[in-house]
Amino acid sequence: MAEGAFAEALGLVLGGDPEFLSIVALSLRVTLSAVAIAALVGLPLAALLAVSRFPGRQAVVVCCNALMGLPPVVAGLALYVLLSRSGPLGELGWLFTPAGMVAAQTLLVAPIVVSVGREVLEGVWEESGEYLRSLGCSRLRAVPTLLWEGRFGLLTAVLAGFGRASAEVGAVLIVGGNIAGVTRTVTTAITLETGRGNLALALGLGIVLLALVLLVNAAAFLAGRATRRAEG
Amino acid sequence: MRGDAPILPLRLEDLAFAEGGRTLLEGIRLTLRGGPPTLVLGPNGAGKSLLLRLCAGLLAPTSGAVRWTGPGAAMARPPRHLIVFQRPVMLRRSAAGNIAHALAVAGVDGAERQRRAEAALDRFGLSPLAARPARALSGGEQQRLALARAWALGPQVVFLDEPTASLDPAAARAVEEAVAALAADGIKAVMTTHDLAQARRLAGDVAFLHRGRLLEHGPAHAFFDAPRTAEAAAFLRGELYW
Repeated sequence: MAEGAFAEALGLVLGGDPEFLSIVALSLRVTLSAVAIAALVGLPLAALLAVSRFPGRQAVVVCCNALMGLPPVVAGLALYVLLSRSGPLGELGWLFTPAGMVAAQTLLVAPIVVSVGREVLEGVWEESGEYLRSLGCSRLRAVPTLLWEGRFGLLTAVLAGFGRASAEVGAVLIVGGNIAGVTRTVTTAITLETGRGNLALALGLGIVLLALVLLVNAAAFLAGRATRRAEG
Repeated sequence: MRGDAPILPLRLEDLAFAEGGRTLLEGIRLTLRGGPPTLVLGPNGAGKSLLLRLCAGLLAPTSGAVRWTGPGAAMARPPRHLIVFQRPVMLRRSAAGNIAHALAVAGVDGAERQRRAEAALDRFGLSPLAARPARALSGGEQQRLALARAWALGPQVVFLDEPTASLDPAAARAVEEAVAALAADGIKAVMTTHDLAQARRLAGDVAFLHRGRLLEHGPAHAFFDAPRTAEAAAFLRGELYW
């Protein structure tokens, strides 16, 4: 069956089947959008959390860490309830749309970006905090400096979030509904084909997904290494 | 750039600092005025670094006060006193980028930032290293960059916490010359060191600390030629270790 899977994978990639291409494109679009939004919101939050001291801070840290383990089906279910026609966010009309899937994955990625990012930036603050304070730099003003100082570590935080989003099926399946041509992603297609008994095709899709994740990570790694070389 | 009203003299009024039930500094009464560098000397654990951190405002005293009493002290403006650490903190940017960042934090705008960063690199002979990643520079180069970075901000006072410790003799000498350059530009340097020969070369006056207390403060030549306390005499003979 393994050979069959590789043949299927090769056939999918080389065949240029428009349905397959649209599935891959949607997968990438949803996941990358979710990662981008989570990074945009999560990284500044991570920096604020790293430099701030307030009562209850430790509880916030523990909650963020715990949310890294939020089961995708639970996140999907919660969003399903919120987005359903009678739900509080029903007006948006996001249920069974890519927008809803992006929202669900953002919910899964953000805790990883915040938690891992905070850890990275606490290290940076420990290293450079006294210097920054000696310049008269406020904690708020330190946020952009820390984000730039921690950029290499933060890249790993974002990649971890990307890994979670690209791998999960539960949230996009519930919120998106796996509608062919609209909300079908690689992972939901794998679930479907497995159910149908098309194991070789399901495995083939899995191989394609793995290859995509590898590609994105390799690109990030090379970009990170190039800037590190240039900037020391 | 440094023509504004002076913030010196700096008065330390019965300064004390305790941590975890241990008194680390006690009864420090000292007035620092403008002029040649003040060297804070004393054996290990005397409280020298701590004293600089208190003066720089990075720590709050347990009791007593650090008061800038010059006519310029009341005016709020970008940092007019700065501290340079034993192990300089270099940001992940170029040498010029490090200076530009400090200027940006101080609210200096873009074109002026560029100009002042270049001037600072030039003043300390670092222009050839401008584009190099700061963290890839040698220890001595990093310390000189830290001084250039401080100089660029136009401070009146710079505290230097053992800037030449852990440097080889040639690098230490280069940093010492950079400290002399600060002083030549009218910036008051307040510095700790374990190198007595260096202290003799740089010092205008000496404050001698021992076990958290200030035992002597006076002109450098008087301190080195005729110390008034037995502890200082033993320290200068190299017989007082802590």
